[in-house]
Amino acid sequence: MGGPSAGVQTETGFPLTALVGFGGKLRDTARDAARLWRGLTGEDAYDKYRAHFEASHRGDSDARSLPGSGGEALMTEREFWRDQSDRQDHNPQGRCC
Amino acid sequence: MSSLSGTPPTPREDPVVVQDPALPPVSLDPAVLDSESRTWTPAKIALWAAIALLGGVAWVMIAVVRGETVNAIWFVFASVCTYFIAYRFYSKFIEKHLIRPNDNRATPAEYKADGKDFAVTDRRVLYGHHFAAIAGAGPLVGPVLAAQMGYLPGTIWIIIGVILAGAVQDYLILFFSMRRGGRSLGQMARDELGVVGGTAALIATLTIMVIIVAILALVVVNALAESPWGVFSVSMTIPIALLMGCYLRFLRPGKVTEVSIIGFVLLIAAIVGGGVIAETEWGVALFTVDKVPLAIGIIIYGFIAAVLPVWLLLAPRDYLSTFMKVGTIIMLAVAIIIVRPEITVPAVSEFARTGTGPVVAGSLFPFLFVTIACGALSGFHALIASGTTPKLVEKERQTRFIGYGGMLMESFVAIMALVAALSIDRGIYFAMNASAAATGGTVEGAVAFVNGLGMTGVNLTPEMLTQTAANVGEESIVSRTGGAPTLAVGLANIMQQFIGGSGMMAFWYHFAIMFEALFILTAVDAGTRVARFMLQDSLGNFIPRFKDTSWRVGAWVTTAIMVAAWGAVLIMGVTDPLGGINTLFPLFGIANQLLAAIALAVCLAIVAKRGLFKYLWIVALPLGFAAVVTITASFLKIFSSVPAVGYFAQNAAFRAALDAGETSFGTAATEEAMRAVVRNTMVQGVLSILFVSLAIIVITTAILATIRAWRTRSNSSNEDTAVPSRRYAPAGFLPTRAEKELEATWAALPPESKPKRGSH
Repeated sequence: MGGPSAGVQTETGFPLTALVGFGGKLRDTARDAARLWRGLTGEDAYDKYRAHFEASHRGDSDARSLPGSGGEALMTEREFWRDQSDRQDHNPQGRCC
Repeated sequence: MSSLSGTPPTPREDPVVVQDPALPPVSLDPAVLDSESRTWTPAKIALWAAIALLGGVAWVMIAVVRGETVNAIWFVFASVCTYFIAYRFYSKFIEKHLIRPNDNRATPAEYKADGKDFAVTDRRVLYGHHFAAIAGAGPLVGPVLAAQMGYLPGTIWIIIGVILAGAVQDYLILFFSMRRGGRSLGQMARDELGVVGGTAALIATLTIMVIIVAILALVVVNALAESPWGVFSVSMTIPIALLMGCYLRFLRPGKVTEVSIIGFVLLIAAIVGGGVIAETEWGVALFTVDKVPLAIGIIIYGFIAAVLPVWLLLAPRDYLSTFMKVGTIIMLAVAIIIVRPEITVPAVSEFARTGTGPVVAGSLFPFLFVTIACGALSGFHALIASGTTPKLVEKERQTRFIGYGGMLMESFVAIMALVAALSIDRGIYFAMNASAAATGGTVEGAVAFVNGLGMTGVNLTPEMLTQTAANVGEESIVSRTGGAPTLAVGLANIMQQFIGGSGMMAFWYHFAIMFEALFILTAVDAGTRVARFMLQDSLGNFIPRFKDTSWRVGAWVTTAIMVAAWGAVLIMGVTDPLGGINTLFPLFGIANQLLAAIALAVCLAIVAKRGLFKYLWIVALPLGFAAVVTITASFLKIFSSVPAVGYFAQNAAFRAALDAGETSFGTAATEEAMRAVVRNTMVQGVLSILFVSLAIIVITTAILATIRAWRTRSNSSNEDTAVPSRRYAPAGFLPTRAEKELEATWAALPPESKPKRGSH
């Protein structure tokens, strides 16, 4: 269970992880598949944002409590998804024919 | 720095970027990379020989052997083997000599990382996102219409076109945009071609978008008119999307998989429910809608959808449509491989030569190449490849897999659509795709018309038409033009052999209609929105307030203008006495290919400015072809004296008839209809002139920029400053041995010494 990234992945709640029980390689494959699936659906957007935020505030004593320290505070999951759709509102993406 | 004239400029050398010595290498050693691709082990030789052999046999089976029938599996083998070879050899050649990616440089996703718009994304995930954004109704509809020329011309163009033109365009635009921080095609055109070329490119893009949205909407109208089942199930997608939007917004934000499954279940329920409702009297009365009211409905819907917040309608429907798109495409591929339908269509039909085909007018050259745009070469992709995707790429060398590889997949979708259209009876195919002006919209009229075409081996009976209509749960299938219904019949025909038998055919038909309508409607909203922002941006140069995209009045006014523009073309299409699709579809293809010519012209200028004249042909070849095809097609549409082909010839013929006091002419039964033809052909003719003039301006400015680059020995570029990368990831779908080793070195780094990164 090494690395900060593993924590993010096990929080998926994705049913594929339920299939995992008999160890080793299969678990890794299932976890990879779940991670890819979450990426494909875009479901991992908040995790990516949070990972980025935490990485870029590494060394701050507590990023969350320092809204005034030259940067924005970490958005909650709900705030993030609202912000994401607001950004889509102002920056529409074409869909091809 | 030699000043001898006539010697080519020296290609631009990549700036030296020095990587952090504390980190493992961020790129593979070029020597290792080279030896990996040059070492030919016996197993590797055997594998590629087998691919080449299978592909060669498949091409012989479809192109040379002339039996009674040809099996669809050969189309799959011919295309897939050719794609593999082109990807392995041609795209690598382009990478090595023209693109010259440098994994030591950070991508915008790394150096501009914000965890939101710029975020490093796994290459396989990004491939999926990119494919979902580029693939739509285009590769499904075009090949269906082109099937009237026989199976061979379309197949060759889709496969050869993609490897030499379409995939090259997507790859180059993706890479060049990525090197420019994700700049859009319009901005790149302005940077590389100057104000004149840039402005022409912008106007062209905007008008082309209007045409494309209008014709996509026309395809939906044609598929749903007089089909209570289709109207019910497709209109149910609106409440389903609203529900999904609210669920994601208020109940469980971010639970995309969950909401997609809920949406998918509801969607299937809507399709099944549509079948039940279409059996009831009130259902038929309520949901049978004519073309004109349906078109008006879509116009109103388009306006509302484009001004509503994205989360409410567009985003959730996008999830659904992506889910359906990928699922259906995989299902169809599996079904074709398992069912392996026999195809009885001739390799090259008489219409390829005569140009008198009832589906789309015009001979093989140039009209095949504009009828099949998406799937072989699609300019619209340049807007996607210079939009979101370049902001998410993790490493430079991955652009070959995502850009070139993504387009190969779309081409494969086009091949499958072609196979599906070819697998249905040829008589039924023509009865469905000849305009109502030709068939009179009746079974008897269609039978008389199709049998009167004098095609060998085609003997259509009224029972065939009524039986097929009954099988797919429709009142009639005569003159259901636009390609979508034909594809749906083909898909239903293949799928019912795979799952469910003929009892399931009606379900599969409406499943296919739903699947096409879903992403056409998504393309309509998204297209309107993008066009509105472009218009706001342009108007903002005169009235600054328009630049503020949160200004409600401005947003509504510009949306209304864009909707009115495509709405007018749509209404023109549905009321056209000449049939609509057959006159307008060439305009769609021409518009799309002109956009491709513009995108390739921008690439030409960039490559020339990098000083890579030796390999300029890689861009010049597809650009020259697209330019010749579209300019010829436009000129034929403008100057041809054959009324079925030339807009102004048609216009003159109808005006002369009106002047002579006639009250019916050709397929126009009334004087009013004749006036409509005069009006429509004038609009279509003027649009053709506009498109071709803009394209000629853009191409000319690109050629001038190229010549200037040669003269001045330019090796400049408008790229962003190189920043050293601090991460590593393999380039292709599967990592090579050396890539795996390097990846393992990175994975073994203790977490605290890993550089800060945006994801996993």
